[in-house]
Amino acid sequence: MAPVDAPWEEKMMTFLTRRTALLAAATCAATLGLTAIAEAQTSIKIGYAISRTGPNTGGAAVTTIPNYELWVKEVNAAGGIKLGDKRVPIEVVQYDDRSNAEEAVRALERLINQDKVDFILPPWGTGLNLAVGPTLNREGYPHLAATAVTDRAPELAKRWPNSFWLLGTSADAAKSLVELLNKLRDEKKIGDTVAMVSIADGFGIDLSSAARPALTNAKFKLAYDKSYPIGTQDLAPIVNEIKALNPDVFIAFSYPPDTLALTEQSRIAGLNPKVFYTGVGTAFPLYKQKFGKNTEGVMGIGGWSGDSPAIKDYLARHKAAANGAEPDRWASAVTYASLQMLQQAIERVGKIDRAAVIMDLQTGTFDTVIGKVKLENNMPTRYWWVGQWQDGEFYGIAPAKNEGARAAIVPKPAWVAP
Amino acid sequence: MSARIAGFGATALAALALLALVPRLGNAYYLALAISLLQYTVLATAWGMFSGPTRYVSLATTAFFGVGAYTVAVLGEILPWPLVLLTAAALGAIVAGIVGLSTLRLSGVYFVIFTFGLTELIRQLVVWFEVNKSRVLGRYVFVNITQADIYWQLLVLTAAVFLLGWLIARSRLGFALRVIGEDETVAKHCGINTTFAKVALFTISATVMTLVGAIMAPRWTYIEPSIAFNSMISFQVLIMALLGGAHRLWGPVLGAVPLTLLFELLSARFPNTFTIILGCIFLLIVYMLPRGVAGLFEKLSTTAGGKPTQRVAA
Amino acid sequence: MTNAILTGLMLGGMYALIAMGLTLQYGVARIMNLSYGEFLIAAAFASHWLFTGWAISPFVGLALVVPLAFVLNFAIYKLLLTPLVRRAPNRDALEVDSILATFGLTFVIQGSMLALFGGAYYSYSFLAFPVQFLGETVAANRLAALGITILLGLALYAALTRTRAGTAVRAVAVDPFAAQLVAINVPQASALTFALGGALVAAAGVLVSTFLTFSASSGVVFTMKALIVVVMGGVGNMLGCLVAGLALGLSEALVASYVDPGLTLAVNFALFLAVLLVKPAGLLGRATR
Repeated sequence: MAPVDAPWEEKMMTFLTRRTALLAAATCAATLGLTAIAEAQTSIKIGYAISRTGPNTGGAAVTTIPNYELWVKEVNAAGGIKLGDKRVPIEVVQYDDRSNAEEAVRALERLINQDKVDFILPPWGTGLNLAVGPTLNREGYPHLAATAVTDRAPELAKRWPNSFWLLGTSADAAKSLVELLNKLRDEKKIGDTVAMVSIADGFGIDLSSAARPALTNAKFKLAYDKSYPIGTQDLAPIVNEIKALNPDVFIAFSYPPDTLALTEQSRIAGLNPKVFYTGVGTAFPLYKQKFGKNTEGVMGIGGWSGDSPAIKDYLARHKAAANGAEPDRWASAVTYASLQMLQQAIERVGKIDRAAVIMDLQTGTFDTVIGKVKLENNMPTRYWWVGQWQDGEFYGIAPAKNEGARAAIVPKPAWVAP
Repeated sequence: MSARIAGFGATALAALALLALVPRLGNAYYLALAISLLQYTVLATAWGMFSGPTRYVSLATTAFFGVGAYTVAVLGEILPWPLVLLTAAALGAIVAGIVGLSTLRLSGVYFVIFTFGLTELIRQLVVWFEVNKSRVLGRYVFVNITQADIYWQLLVLTAAVFLLGWLIARSRLGFALRVIGEDETVAKHCGINTTFAKVALFTISATVMTLVGAIMAPRWTYIEPSIAFNSMISFQVLIMALLGGAHRLWGPVLGAVPLTLLFELLSARFPNTFTIILGCIFLLIVYMLPRGVAGLFEKLSTTAGGKPTQRVAA
Repeated sequence: MTNAILTGLMLGGMYALIAMGLTLQYGVARIMNLSYGEFLIAAAFASHWLFTGWAISPFVGLALVVPLAFVLNFAIYKLLLTPLVRRAPNRDALEVDSILATFGLTFVIQGSMLALFGGAYYSYSFLAFPVQFLGETVAANRLAALGITILLGLALYAALTRTRAGTAVRAVAVDPFAAQLVAINVPQASALTFALGGALVAAAGVLVSTFLTFSASSGVVFTMKALIVVVMGGVGNMLGCLVAGLALGLSEALVASYVDPGLTLAVNFALFLAVLLVKPAGLLGRATR
C-alpha cells in the first residue's frame, strides 16, 4: 500500500496497523468460538444490561451497579440461591445499554433468546425501565423497577402484571413534601412563600406538575416557578432571582450536577431559606463529601431509616465491597431490597419457575434491609419521600408515620465557610 | 444493459423475499438485530444520498429521526397508522425544506455545526413546549404494532431507498448533483439550478430519516426528548456512511452492517472495556481503509480485473 | 442587571476558554478534533486527583497538567495524525479522516477514564466562597477562572500577533500552501499549534473542574459547545472566539434572568443559527470559497 518513497513513519504505521488488525481479528474469532459451549443446569443465570457509557452512567454507577455486584458476591459467597435442598451459584451475563432505549431493548432480547438467562435485573432510570417493560412482560420475566419514578406506575402495574414499581409515583412524592410543609407552617416554623425550580426532564416536570396544585391547594404562595434545560452550566441567575424574593421554602426538582450547582450557588449568594430542598443527588455520598458541614439541615428527595441496624449493616457491607464507596440514601437501599425480594421469592418457589416467582412477589412478605415489604397492586405501601442531612447522615423525615422517621430540623442552620 | 438491470432487479427481489422471512425464524433477538441493521442501513444510505454527491457533512439525522418519533408519540394513539406515517413524512419534508433553503450559503464545517445546532434547537423547543404548554415530558406510545411489523416496514423502506437512489442517479438530478460535488461554480456556469438540486435531495433524504424515526418509535413504549433526539444517532450514522464510503449508493451499507455487528459483539463480550476496544478497532479501520469499505471493494475489483497476473499485495 | 451581566461575562469567558484550543487545532492544524472534550475531562480528572489525593491546588495543578498535555498532544499529532495529513489529497479529505480518527480516539480516552474512575459524578470544592466584585456577590472560583482566561487570551493574542512564530502560525491558518513558499515549516507549525490547542483545553479542564460537576462521559457536551463557539466566531480567529463565547454567555444569563430559564439553550442555539445565516463564515471569519 505504501509507495516506495514514503517516509519511514508512514511505512511503519502501515506495517504496525496491519499486524495489529490481524491480531484483533484473530482475537475476535477466538472469542466467538467460545460462546457455543453448552452448560448443565448447575447455576442460575442472571442477566442485566446497564448504562456503563452515555448520560445515564452517573446514576447507574452510584445506585445500581454496586448493588448488583454486592448482591451477587454475597449470594455466591453463601453458596448461592437455595433451590429445593441445594444451593446454586449465580452466573452473571451483562451488557452495556449505552444509555440508549433501543440498545436496552435489544440487549434484553439477547439475554432472553441467546443467553437464555433465568432472571433479568432491570436497567437504571425511568425512561429505560419503561422502554424494556413490554419486552419483559411479553417474555414473562419479573421486572423489579427500583429506579423508576412515574405517575403511571399503578396503571403500568395493571398493564404488565409482572412489573413492580418500587420507587413510587411523583404525585406521592409531591404530596408528601407538601404535607410536611403544611405541618411546619401549622407549627409556625415557616411562612407560606415558596420558590420552586425544576429540570426540564421527565423527573422534574412530573414532580413540579404534581407539586404545583398541591401547593396552591394548601394555600402556599408560589413566588417563583420556572424550569431550566438539562445541561445548564450556570444557575446563578435563578438563585439570585430567588434570593431577591426571600422565600421561606426553596424547592428544586433537580438532577445530580444541578443539585450540586444549586447548593453551591445558594451558599455563595447567601440564599438560606428555612427549608432548602433539592432533588436527585442530595442523597448521594458525593453531596456529603463536597459540602461537609454545610449539608446540615438540607432536605432532599429520598432518605432512609439511618438508625435501623439493618441499614447500618448494609452501609458497612456496601462500603467494604465497593472500595469504601457509600451507597446513595434513596434508591440504593431499595435496589438492594428488590434483589433480596427476588432471591426470597425464588427460594420459596424452589425452582426456576418465573410465573410462580411473579406470583410470590405479588403476594408474599419479604424481609429486606428497608424492613418488611409486602406489595399491594405490585407497589410498596411505604416510601421515604423527604430526607434531611442531620449530623452527616441523610435520615428520612417524611412521611412522618414511617417507622424510624426523624423530626425535621427547621429552620435550616446558616451556611458556614467551608 | 437492460438485461443486466433485469437480472439485478430479479436478484434484489429474491433477496428481499428472503429477508422478509426473518421474523419467521421465531427468535426475537435475531429480529431485534435485523431491525437494528435495517435501521442503520436506511439512515446511512439516506445520509449518503445527500452527503455523498454534494459532500455536505450533515449532523441533522437525529433532528429528523426525532421529529418522526415525536409525531408518533403525539398522534400515535389518535390517528390510524398510515396517516401517522404520512404526517411524519410531511413534517420531515417541511422542516427539511426550510432548513435546506436557509443553509445553502454555508459550506464545510459551518454546515456541519449548523446542522448540529439545529438538532439541539429543535430538541430544546420540543422540551420547552412540553414543559410549558402540554405539561408532560415523556409520552407513552401504546399502539398495536408488533416487532415483525416494524421489521417489514423498515424492509420496505430500505427497498424504496435503494430504488430511489438508483433512479436519482440515472436522472438529470443525479447528474446535476455529481457536477455540483465536483465543482459547484462550474455547475452554476453550466446552467444547473444548484439550489433546487441540493434542497430537493436534502428533503428526500430527510423524509426517509423521519420515516425511520416514526417506524421505530413504537418499539420503546416511552418517548422523551433525550430518547428521540439522541445525538449519538447522528454521529453513528455519519461514521457508518463515511466508513462504508458515501460516494457510492451501496457504500453506506458496507459501513452500517459491519459496524452494527461490531458494536453488538463488543458490548456483549467486553461490557467493561467495550469503549476502549471499539476505539482501537475504529482507529485501525481508519488507517487501513482510506477510501472506506467501498473503496476497498473498488480497488480489489480493479486489481483483479485489470491485471489478472498480479498477486494481491499483502 | 449588573449581576446578570457579570454572570454572563463569567459564563461567556468560560465558553471562550473552552473554545480557544479548538480554534487553534481546527483553524491552523486543520484537525477537526472530536475528542476535544475528552481531553478537557481528562484534565479535570487530573486536577481532581491532584487536589483530593495530594492536596495540590488547581493553580499549581495547571503548571503540571498543561505542559504534560502539550507534550501528549504533540505526540498524538506526530504519531496518529501526521499519516492522515500526509495521505489527504485536499482539505475536505483531511476533515473526513480527522473526524473518523478522533472519533475513535474519543472512545479510547473515554473508555480509559471509565476504567480508571468509573462512571460516577465528580466534584470538589476549591475557592468556593463568595467575593464582592463590582458591588455584586460572585463565586471566587468562577471569577478566578475568568481572570485566568483573560490572561491566557491576552498572552495568546500577543504571541500570535507580536512574535515571529505567531506570524508563521497565522500564515498557515490563512494558506498552508503559500506559507510553505515563504519557507515556513508547515508540518512543524501545525504540530506545535495542535499541541498548544491541547495545552489550552487542559487549562480549561482544570479551571472548569473547580466549579462544575463532571463525569467520564460528559466530554461530548464540551466538544459541541466548543465547536459552536469556534464556528460562530469564525474558524481560526481568536478574537472571534472571545466575542462568540461572550455573546452566548451574556444571552444565556440575560434570558435566564429576564425571560425564562427554560429557554436559555434554545436562545443560544437560535443566536448561533442566526449568526451563521447572516454571516456564513462566522462573526469575524473570512468569507472563503
